[in-house]
Amino acid sequence: MAPLIRIPRPGAAKESEATPRALYLRRRDFLGGALAGAALLVGCDGGAESRTDEAARPDEVTPRKDATSYNNFYEFGTNKTDPAENAHTLRPRPWTVAVEGECAKPGTLGIEDVLAAFPRQERVYRLRCVEAWSMVIPWLGFPLGDLLKRFEPTSKAKYVQLETLWDTEQMPLTRKPTLDWPYREGLRIDEAMHPLAILATGMYGEELPNQNGAPLRLVVPWKYGFKSGKSIVKIRFTEQQPYTTWNASAPDEYGFYANVNPDVDHPRWSQRRERRIGELAKRPTLPFNGYGDEVASLYAGMDLAKLF
Amino acid sequence: MARGRTLNAAAVAAGAAPAAWLAWRAAAGDLGANPIEAVEHATGGWALRFLLAALAVTPLRRLGLPALAPLRRTLGLVAFVWVCAHFLTWSVVDNGLDWAAIGEDIVERPYVTVGFAAFVLLIPLAATSNRAAMRALGRRWVTLHRLVYPAALLAVVHFLWLVKKDMTEPLVYAAALGALLAARFVGRGKR
Repeated sequence: MAPLIRIPRPGAAKESEATPRALYLRRRDFLGGALAGAALLVGCDGGAESRTDEAARPDEVTPRKDATSYNNFYEFGTNKTDPAENAHTLRPRPWTVAVEGECAKPGTLGIEDVLAAFPRQERVYRLRCVEAWSMVIPWLGFPLGDLLKRFEPTSKAKYVQLETLWDTEQMPLTRKPTLDWPYREGLRIDEAMHPLAILATGMYGEELPNQNGAPLRLVVPWKYGFKSGKSIVKIRFTEQQPYTTWNASAPDEYGFYANVNPDVDHPRWSQRRERRIGELAKRPTLPFNGYGDEVASLYAGMDLAKLF
Repeated sequence: MARGRTLNAAAVAAGAAPAAWLAWRAAAGDLGANPIEAVEHATGGWALRFLLAALAVTPLRRLGLPALAPLRRTLGLVAFVWVCAHFLTWSVVDNGLDWAAIGEDIVERPYVTVGFAAFVLLIPLAATSNRAAMRALGRRWVTLHRLVYPAALLAVVHFLWLVKKDMTEPLVYAAALGALLAARFVGRGKR
């Protein structure tokens, strides 16, 4: 296992310092919708204004045990507890990520190169699953855009597709066509380049556990969790909107955009409210999962009820 | 009949055992990251299993086990208690008696609609599962209690529609229900 590469910055918060009382009391300042992790990193002096939203309740970090034992990672089973039990067969080293498609410098990166090239930051994000539950997770990662730019996407690169590993030896359950493997997800290029979209290689101050998508996964906090593909092996720049697994599996249920939206119900789950894991009463779901101030402008002029 | 009473006591014990197990796991904090969902799934699963067990009594009776007859009502009531536990977990614990949200789910979410319908259909059956009601209703009692078939069917559909992918488990229940209904028609001549 490679050593944990952390490049500390002045004022950077360690996980162990994540909840001292002074920060805790100002939690809404940096969890209320702004660049949550970035605010932590700059020592909380540049955080966004608190949300005045009555609905905003404190966002406590979800216990690590819950975030690592309640997962959707269908390659390792369809029950939430399956991935934690089965993902030990995944081998996160050695690992390479191939970048191809509409870019000037296609190529591959080893996971060690990724860790060396892109300084990791801690980002505390809400994670909202389309199944109407949510968590708050401290990720370690770096902006997806930083990696994408290195491959010099061309003007034809309108979208990015990210592909999860499909190896029936490491993922025996993928011999069954539960989904159309390999799992693929995608973003519009401006979404992918948004500073809130990150590639995570760790969480809770440690390497990513296998069941959470080791060694490298996408995290797009304003979209439903299924957009954030795990254990990524391929990134492809495309001109057309790429194939995305859940959208292809049930287009009336899962849109390509899949922005968290309390006003657009899933046919099986109301999206108005969510259960924060560890809480009893449900809480109201916020548009764009509370990151509207940062990302709503990406969708100006779009009918988000149609392009859900 | 002493044997009937023993059988019924065993059925009640079997019906209560999973509740004790669930309570034990809850007390031990062993219900996982989403305990409310875990209890919903457990109560729903036991409701369905006991409902199918109740439906198995008549075919088994006809297949030469007439002694099982007294179990039908007991297993049916055990199933109904699990259905109530399921409904109360969902309405009280999960939704905090937020009637607007509950009503919306019943109207707009097809899997909730059919699950709720199954619950409603079972209420008159539980209410008339005593000798006085049987006497009062006469032949209409049998007609009324045929509601158990649509109720079981809706319960299985409720499960099928709830699952996102991998229908294996609900399909096992669907197959079991299909077999029990078929056995009923096949064995019809023998009363």
